[in-house]
Amino acid sequence: MSTPTDAQPVSAAAVAQISVEREREQDRQRASTNGTSGKSGDIEATHNGTGSTLMTGAEILVRALDAEGVEFVFGHPGGAVINIYDEMARVKPRFEHVLVRHEQGGTHAAEGYAKATGKVGTVLVTSGPGATNCVTGIADAFMDSVPIVVFTGQVPTPLIGNDAFQECDTIGVTRSITKHSFLVMDVADLAKTVRKAYHIARTGRPGPVVVDLPKDVLQARAEFEYPSTVGLPGYVVPTKAKSDAIGTAVAMINDASRPLLYVGGGAINGNASAKVTELARTARIPVTTTLHGLGAFPETDPLSLGMLGMHGTWYANQAVQNADLIVALGARFDDRVTGKLDAWAPHARIIHVDIDPSCISKNVPADLGIVGDVGQVLDQLLPHITPLDTAEWLESIESWKEECPLSFDRDGALRPQHVLQRLREKTAGDAVVVTDVGQNQMWAAQYFQYAHPRSHITSGGLGTMGFSLPAAVGAGFGMRETGRPVISINGDGGFLMNAQELGVAAAHGLPLKVVIMNNSYLGMVRQWQELLHDNRYSHTDLTATNPDFVKLAEAFNCVGLRATSPDEVDDVIEAAWRVTDRPVVMEFRVITEEMVFPMVPAGAATDDMITQRFSNPGDV
Amino acid sequence: MTEITRQATAQQLFRKTTAGEPLHDGDAAHEHTHVITVVVENSLGAFNRVSNLFSARGFNLHSVAVGVTEDPALSRMTIVTSGNDRIIGQVVNQLKKLIDTRDVVDLTDLPYVERELCLVNVRYSKETRAELMDVIEIFRGKVVNITPDSMTVELTGPTKKVNAFVALMAPMGIVDIARSGCIAMHRELVYE
Ligand SMILES: Cc1ncc(C[n+]2csc(CCOP(=O)(O)OP(=O)(O)O)c2C)c(N)n1
Ligand SMILES: [Mg+2]
Repeated sequence: MSTPTDAQPVSAAAVAQISVEREREQDRQRASTNGTSGKSGDIEATHNGTGSTLMTGAEILVRALDAEGVEFVFGHPGGAVINIYDEMARVKPRFEHVLVRHEQGGTHAAEGYAKATGKVGTVLVTSGPGATNCVTGIADAFMDSVPIVVFTGQVPTPLIGNDAFQECDTIGVTRSITKHSFLVMDVADLAKTVRKAYHIARTGRPGPVVVDLPKDVLQARAEFEYPSTVGLPGYVVPTKAKSDAIGTAVAMINDASRPLLYVGGGAINGNASAKVTELARTARIPVTTTLHGLGAFPETDPLSLGMLGMHGTWYANQAVQNADLIVALGARFDDRVTGKLDAWAPHARIIHVDIDPSCISKNVPADLGIVGDVGQVLDQLLPHITPLDTAEWLESIESWKEECPLSFDRDGALRPQHVLQRLREKTAGDAVVVTDVGQNQMWAAQYFQYAHPRSHITSGGLGTMGFSLPAAVGAGFGMRETGRPVISINGDGGFLMNAQELGVAAAHGLPLKVVIMNNSYLGMVRQWQELLHDNRYSHTDLTATNPDFVKLAEAFNCVGLRATSPDEVDDVIEAAWRVTDRPVVMEFRVITEEMVFPMVPAGAATDDMITQRFSNPGDV
Repeated sequence: MTEITRQATAQQLFRKTTAGEPLHDGDAAHEHTHVITVVVENSLGAFNRVSNLFSARGFNLHSVAVGVTEDPALSRMTIVTSGNDRIIGQVVNQLKKLIDTRDVVDLTDLPYVERELCLVNVRYSKETRAELMDVIEIFRGKVVNITPDSMTVELTGPTKKVNAFVALMAPMGIVDIARSGCIAMHRELVYE
């Protein structure tokens, strides 16, 4: 720190009172009294005698985040990043720092914010355990193409590799779960690196970027200038398709008699929902979406088949198996969608539009691959689209819908599907639904009838239990000004994996509607145990370890409500919607035995759907 | 599996053929060795990302050789990998996707020159010495070190030539071997 001969260091409390402008003014005065002797380099930001101001790396970071237009930083302090926290107290940046209670929660919050708003989420954590706690969230963002930038503290550069206190090779640990990562070794590179990190996270196929910040780099000084250009010569962002590809696509579409749109998260990332809808309605092509595509096409439209795949609708999967053309828009033929690859869509030619060239023909070879942004490619395609004669095809689809609709028993027992339908009714679909992983996730995908893009957020690729609540916190911040309700759907298992973030939501008065479908089991695992492992419910019973969720909510300053029968559901929902100043936790004591149907068992062919309990694969 | 292939639709056959996958039980997959050159930012982080890709995605990596280019900020990596067409397509696309890679070229179907450098320390005796020198001569190798019972031979050539030489040395007794891995470059043919 400063030497006694330097100007008086300003106390933290005093600093907090002083505006940035006054700080700058003081710096100038200090510099002029000290001259430009090297000594003054150790006090607060210092004039270097040439008309520009040197700043510490920590201050550069804070100002760079402001320059980048960051709105929220989800973070947790520690020794390696204490200088950044100090600068936040001193500089008073425009962004709001949200103190999360676990770094994993911070990463999911950044994801939830990013998915709800379409902007880049930001995380700031310390070295070592702070960084390793982020690994799950980074991996999750990587699998689901969510743009987040994670700033991690690092031990000072001379100590790297020495097994220093709280050292971790963060770049090494996160190498295969990041879109890119940076270790900043020179403070002069810091602002440029921040600019690059946000650019990489946001553009192309979005994804997580890690920026590792050694403590001495944060303490060293440089001039601050936020660059206007990025300078990444090896990085190409696909935009439009080649025009001959558009011609071929139009011909293939016009040629089809049983076409199907298979729409994934890329359509939402590319802000292409309206264009997907126009394509479907103009050409009269039915639409099925992936889990991440939910909301890209209104599920209330007669052309909608809902979700496809393992727990997709039977009729969506029938359509896949019978289609003669599948147009994949920003989807990646995940194994939860295709099941047994050999048997998937055996009659369909495939047009695959994706911004990531490595996705095309990765699992299912495409007859026509188009590398580009879904929105821009649809802009090119739409002027050439004319109505197709799909009447007969749509009729078969109608009959499949009648043959095997989504359904559940209404025998007086409390079932999660009923709760979801009532929530849909209450919100008319105008809400952001953030789901966890397991049965609750699949029911939420099947029964909420998403009508808008960015109204459904979930952990799909990684399937991270404990995702929903912190992601809902992030979405809650993103939606704060809009008044759009944020509903977090949880199982009793996953909820407890990041329940600590309830305190954060409460402290900030976020009116989250937190639903716990308490079936006292790790329900999805139990379902596999019942169907595939002879009812051996090995270690999936949560009864003994579940808390009293209502009391837990109250302990975190939230409202806790509980329903145990179907006729209490509406009252609980009404009571929850009356609360506007804090989160409400609604525990629904649903029956344990309920299973998610239909289901394609893992690795089975898409035709082999189990449509209800006790029926065998294949006898649909 | 058999069931599907027996009554495979045209689409299913098309997909398998494009991917280079076996059409019938017992058919071999169409696997090829590919030589890919990657111009990449000259940093340890960038090399790590390239080699990490192979382990993280389960691609084969037979050899990798790196050296700086005429631009000190860039290095050229020569990678030898193998797989069916679908896998090789993935390797190339995944390499291109890395932010630090500037240029990725699969040389396999282009005219190219390849070279590998090999140092072999091999045993000899009075009886075997003449024959050994003959073989070295034929391969245009060079003896770079000699002791009373072993000599170190330097050899350059395409990987196949190096393999042949090493195989011929094996019966003599190889003490040590060091190979550089293959480096390769597109061959410009102006006077075809
Ligand atoms: C972190 C993590 N651990 C384990 C799993 C495996 N898993 C998938 S679903 C599930 C059960 C989830 O139980 P619960 O949260 O109660 O939801 P339910 O299925 O009962 O609705 C488990 C253990 C996972 N997806 N994520
Ligand atoms: Mg449960």
